[in-house]
Amino acid sequence: MKNNVNRELPEDLMKQLDYKPFETTEIGHPEVQRVAPKVTVTTGDDKVVESLEDVVKKTVKDGMTISFHHHFRNGDFVFNQVMDIILKLGIKDLTLAPSSLTGVMNDKVIEAIKAGTITNITSSGMRGSLGDFVSHGGLKNPVIFRSHGNRARSIENGNIKIDVAFLGVPNSDALGNANGMNGDAVFGSLGYALMDAQYADKVVLLTDNIVDYPNTPASIKQTQVDYVVKVDKVGDPDKIGSGATRFTKDPKELKIASMVNDVIVNSPYFKDGFSFQTGSGGAALAVTRFLRQSMIDAGITASFALGGITSPTVKLLEEGLVKKVMDVQDFDKGAAASMKNNQNQQEIDASWYADPDNKGAMVDQLDVAILSALEIDTNFNVNVMTGSDGVIRGAIGGHQDAATSKLTIISAPLVRGRIATVVPDVTTVVTPGESVDVLVTEYGIAINPRRKDLQDALSNVPGLPVYDIHDLQKLAESKVGKPEPLQFTDRTVALVEYRDGTIIDTIKQVKD
Amino acid sequence: MEIKETAVAGTLESSDIQIMLSKGTDGIAIDLESDVAKQFGTQIKKVITETLTAMGIQNAKVKAVDKGALDCVIKARTIAAAQRAAKTTDEPAWEVL
Repeated sequence: MKNNVNRELPEDLMKQLDYKPFETTEIGHPEVQRVAPKVTVTTGDDKVVESLEDVVKKTVKDGMTISFHHHFRNGDFVFNQVMDIILKLGIKDLTLAPSSLTGVMNDKVIEAIKAGTITNITSSGMRGSLGDFVSHGGLKNPVIFRSHGNRARSIENGNIKIDVAFLGVPNSDALGNANGMNGDAVFGSLGYALMDAQYADKVVLLTDNIVDYPNTPASIKQTQVDYVVKVDKVGDPDKIGSGATRFTKDPKELKIASMVNDVIVNSPYFKDGFSFQTGSGGAALAVTRFLRQSMIDAGITASFALGGITSPTVKLLEEGLVKKVMDVQDFDKGAAASMKNNQNQQEIDASWYADPDNKGAMVDQLDVAILSALEIDTNFNVNVMTGSDGVIRGAIGGHQDAATSKLTIISAPLVRGRIATVVPDVTTVVTPGESVDVLVTEYGIAINPRRKDLQDALSNVPGLPVYDIHDLQKLAESKVGKPEPLQFTDRTVALVEYRDGTIIDTIKQVKD
Repeated sequence: MEIKETAVAGTLESSDIQIMLSKGTDGIAIDLESDVAKQFGTQIKKVITETLTAMGIQNAKVKAVDKGALDCVIKARTIAAAQRAAKTTDEPAWEVL
């Protein structure tokens, strides 16, 4: 069975898990049914619990689905605390359904898989030792990778039925009104966790900071929360996000950023009221700086900036160059701190951000998205999931979702060391070429042949050489040589869903 | 060309390769460490072997720590290591460059 990006899919697994192959990026107008969580009724006077172990004993049973958010990133103290208790209690066959998995969780997940405690995982991605472990066949059932928008969709339609959500927050009152903005371990937007708070049968808040009732602004509300557990520390503020964002000095990144800016400015979308999303990498941050100057020069303001937010974006908001920041997560301290001070920085949940089965998501209104790539092929398909050795080391994040914007730009160096970024065929298709419009490398740009309008708009811009993407691929190969093909076994270790829940690719176990 | 002493060329910076050459008796034996060994290991060893052979070295132990170097870099570091090992750095082998 092959899908529409020419990937061979395992028929038995597709049938067993009731999956359809990826066909198109068009969502259309289907009618979908959403689910609702079970509510255990209380007046709320008895929610505060001293012992996390008691709550775990009361709520988590064999075979359940548990969830966490990853807003604390590498400063997370919640996941390991909860998993240690679950492991100690000998609970088995859990499905782990976090918004994503960060480095600090890796070793605990591996321990829990080996103990039979975790037998299924769905996540945005995984890296490091866990990615290596799964790619070498460490987990029996295939991991399901979903984008942030698709996770929201799958929670709403019941494909991910969360039994217990353990959500760390830097503040909460005794009934569970909480936000991500005040306290020691602040991370700003609670965007991804809001889905879990709304749809899990049992919601357990962990906090190191119980404040007076009623706590406002309440991102998570008392109507959603079953337990509030006091712990010593929910996170390490220094590891949640990078501190001051430094402007890159890497000439290659600067050149790419400057060309990305040229593409935007010379596109038909660069006009008053446009909208954009940038990522958090060095080149993406530099784009924001170049774009700022272009907006000032042209006297143009943006209606909104979307997605994972960084300090340079917040600066545009403060200067009035961006009217609103629609914020699903904050990548650095400046962005996180700004949310409570600026009412134009709006916290949005993952559904509002990017869920395709919606009455309109923010990404549907997005003009320009600047995204990264580990690999991009001559059909413009992008891989952000597997490394050049075929091992899982990435995350879909909002890549598939933001790529549905009107102008999707992939910014990537032509080669990284000896590894070509522009290749004949990506190892894993995550985002289909159908939704990618322009590739920007340090040598020049390539425009998706589907976009004749952009070919016309961008073909005579000084300092912006336009290549056929096949020529960029050949240029990369002439520099680094032709790699030997990667060796995989027949065993599927992960399935990559497209944002509509169809299968866009599979990841096989690597052969060593 | 004869290896007179153990010699090193190159660094452990990314996109470089560090080559250590010492006396050997059993042909050119390469111990390669590289993150891209799966994709380019054969090619890296081929460049080192060909470069040494062209310089008239038939027997050598090579320890190569690769950080994603391109072929031209691998060749340059191999030549430098070989000339240092043979103590011929004063007389560059222009014909193999």
